[in-house]
Amino acid sequence: MPDHTFRVNGEQVTVDVADDVRLLWVLRDILGITGPKYGCGINVCKACTSHLNGEAFNPCAVPVGDLGPDDEITTIEGLPATVGRDLHPMQRAWLDHDVAQCGYCQPGQIMAAVALVRRVQSEGRAVTDADLDSLRNICRCGTYPRIRAAISAAATDG
Amino acid sequence: MGDAIARRRFLGYVLAAPTLVAAAELGRTRAAAAVQRPPAPAQLPSPEITEIVDLNDMMTVAAAPTANLISVEVHADGSVSFALPRAEVGQGVTTSTAMLIAEELGVPIERVRVTLADARPELVFNQLTGGSNTTFSTYTPVRVAAAVARTRLLDAAAADFSVPAARITLDGGTVSTPGRNGVDIGKLAAKASSARVENVAVELRERESFTVIGTPRSRIDALEAVTGQKKFALDLHIPNALPTMVCRPPTVNGEVGSVANAAEVRAMPGITDVAQISTGVAVRGETFGQCIDAVSALRVSWRPGTAEGKSDDDVREELRAAELPLVPKPPLTDTVDETFTFYFRSNSALEPNCAIADVRADRAEIWSSLKSPIVAKQTIAARLGLPQRAVTVHVTEGGGSFGRKLFFDGALEAAEASQRFGKPVRLMWHRADDSRQGRTHPMATSRVRISYKGDTVLRYDQRHTSVSTDLGHGLGEIITATAARLPVGDIGFAETFFQLSQTMSYDFGFNSRLLSETDKGFNTGSMRNVYSPDVTCARELMVDELATRMDRDPYELRRAFLRDDRSRKALEKVAEAGDWGRPMPHGLAQGIAFHAEYKAVSACLVELDCRRETVERPIRNAVAGPRVTKVVFAVDVGLAVNPRGLEAQMMSCINDGIALALTSSLHLRDGHFLEASWDNYFYTRQWNTPPEVRIIVLPDSSDEPGGAGELGVAASVSAVACAYRRATGTLPTSFPINHATLSFEPKPTVPPVPQSPTDGRDHAW
Ligand code: FES
Ligand code: FES
Repeated sequence: MPDHTFRVNGEQVTVDVADDVRLLWVLRDILGITGPKYGCGINVCKACTSHLNGEAFNPCAVPVGDLGPDDEITTIEGLPATVGRDLHPMQRAWLDHDVAQCGYCQPGQIMAAVALVRRVQSEGRAVTDADLDSLRNICRCGTYPRIRAAISAAATDG
Repeated sequence: MGDAIARRRFLGYVLAAPTLVAAAELGRTRAAAAVQRPPAPAQLPSPEITEIVDLNDMMTVAAAPTANLISVEVHADGSVSFALPRAEVGQGVTTSTAMLIAEELGVPIERVRVTLADARPELVFNQLTGGSNTTFSTYTPVRVAAAVARTRLLDAAAADFSVPAARITLDGGTVSTPGRNGVDIGKLAAKASSARVENVAVELRERESFTVIGTPRSRIDALEAVTGQKKFALDLHIPNALPTMVCRPPTVNGEVGSVANAAEVRAMPGITDVAQISTGVAVRGETFGQCIDAVSALRVSWRPGTAEGKSDDDVREELRAAELPLVPKPPLTDTVDETFTFYFRSNSALEPNCAIADVRADRAEIWSSLKSPIVAKQTIAARLGLPQRAVTVHVTEGGGSFGRKLFFDGALEAAEASQRFGKPVRLMWHRADDSRQGRTHPMATSRVRISYKGDTVLRYDQRHTSVSTDLGHGLGEIITATAARLPVGDIGFAETFFQLSQTMSYDFGFNSRLLSETDKGFNTGSMRNVYSPDVTCARELMVDELATRMDRDPYELRRAFLRDDRSRKALEKVAEAGDWGRPMPHGLAQGIAFHAEYKAVSACLVELDCRRETVERPIRNAVAGPRVTKVVFAVDVGLAVNPRGLEAQMMSCINDGIALALTSSLHLRDGHFLEASWDNYFYTRQWNTPPEVRIIVLPDSSDEPGGAGELGVAASVSAVACAYRRATGTLPTSFPINHATLSFEPKPTVPPVPQSPTDGRDHAW
């Protein structure tokens, strides 16, 4: 079986698995990184949302063979390190608003929220209702209103 | 006054242990006394039934004869632990329980660790999480156990300090007396322990002195949740428990005929095992991705299922045939009379059905999020042919339930697969499986007739007809075991459940509500709030219809007919805070609704935008539909232990209600459900959720907490439906309102699961 080398949360990893195995399973089943959750496996629910070279993406839809040694994956576990703190400001906002209910969707929600705010800020504008409406992450516990409040707060404070 | 103190006096225990273990019996609440009163006249259905006894009372009473102990432990490091015999699935019961302990014991909440107890068969009926009953049934026992711990710590300190216990205080985890340095409770934990079981009489804290209960607190597991450290069943590391999936039939509950290529599939990369089990063909492999490949490659011939050939219309016909007749219309009266249809809905949580099982020749160990772990343990033991005591069932944190985790479909399958393979398994349902073969809220119709004359309402009749709801997760046993002691006469348990959960909140003269069920061929269960979203939605729409006929305002009419002040206050609150009756542009309207259950009352006011440009706003692979722009929700649960948690539950219920009214249903076609993805089953998404939500927790109206986890769904779905009627001028009679339009391309049923895409990099953003 082929070896695949890439970076996860600041460390280089090498896994020995078939090319077409999607990254979500490599993370969860082989590397034991369980922050990204399974909710559909077809890039719909967004529970697995993580970052690839700083952009939001869904590892359930990326074959591990598509990754190279320079690719940097960040999962929820590695998010605080990207700002060199114990917690990313978005995670703080999540705590301030007591967003999580069951919590299953929340790693994906937070990773998507970070990408959204980064994009909106790079465009030099404030987060709008339309931006929030564009988030596709499912929360079956219906925490959407607190997610919106937390993102808006993090965007303003950050 | 003396009475008030007597009501706070209880008996607990200190258990024999090297550290302080304080205990109390579950199932001792005042509500138990209410049921032992002579039954009311046994006319069924009696409009007052839920005032004499409701589902909460029944579940609480059921526990009494077999009650067993729950215990609070104080450790040498000053921490306090408690194993809660309930499931945490997002509803916040670990947090509210930690609050009760912190309050009564006098420790900071951060020191309290609440875990979920393994299945404890000796608790019999008392380890079922359902009916929004957890806080109601554990409120007093948990506090009694904590108060015993506090009493023992004070006594131990008194001996240590040589001062009377009355001069000692316990606060913030520190025991102190004037003129001495405080001592941490951890230092006293061993001294306060006991070598034998002893009775300890305690007096609970006065309500007026509460500093934790009734204050808004964040969830105790919030940090774990936002850092990805919270562990769900599939996240646990159990050695050699490899990913396992099941290739499932193309129709509901179809059965395996034969498998053409098992050996070939077993040889696929990463695959270790393939075997037939009772629900399909199980495969085990290195990764779930390879299991998906294997499931897709299997060539299975299938035998028919339990709904073969049926579509929505066939079930609609069955329901029509099963509907109980209404009494003849009273002479010389006017009536409003309508039948509403509620299609199948999925109670799939975001965490799919899943479990880890390690079955050996002489024992088995299971890990899963389970709301009825005792029944799960008994059933799994029977299926495996093992004695019950050889099966250990661990209850893990759950990623949502909505009624789904009352059942243990995943755990039972995992046990079976592990036994067949002779290896541990980590079994997961694919989303498509969860949607197509998982439990559903049964399709139902509800006919409502209100008879009136002038300004007087003479009678209210409702005939609810439903595909059978499977209550076979322990609630059935509770009802069977206690029904004889309840004033409901000799009726079946679904009907008992129905009668006990439905309240007639309006003074509409004589009223009758009857349930009839048909067709046991579907995988159903008690989806969040069970019968109430449909029953109440039908009722509230007809109340609006009645208001139109009587030329009265819908809010004013409700207010006039509600039976008590507590209910009226909730309704008045939303009308006032939501500015009821404010002018709205054409195509937009307000809707208002009321619902009472679980010893709680709730009212909801929504504003709905049904303008064409809103309904047809373009969103990829989605249903846009009418947009709820604002919700004002008022709730009175008697006593709100954690107002922030209560708000969270109402917010969740509101989003469920919106989905039920507008977008989410399963389409039954030719023996199977079409939905196989979250982009098929349209649960509320960000583009459907109200941008403005205001939840008002009304001042406490009781000394005891009612239920909250499901309470808000019924009022929400009803308010949205009523707003739709007012905005469009048409009475909607089938739900969700978009059911007639299929808004997606159905995925194939063979293979049963869709392959994962490979273009994820192209969509990074
Ligand atoms: S699991 Fe990746 S998007 Fe759903
Ligand atoms: S918090 Fe449960 S799915 Fe979002």
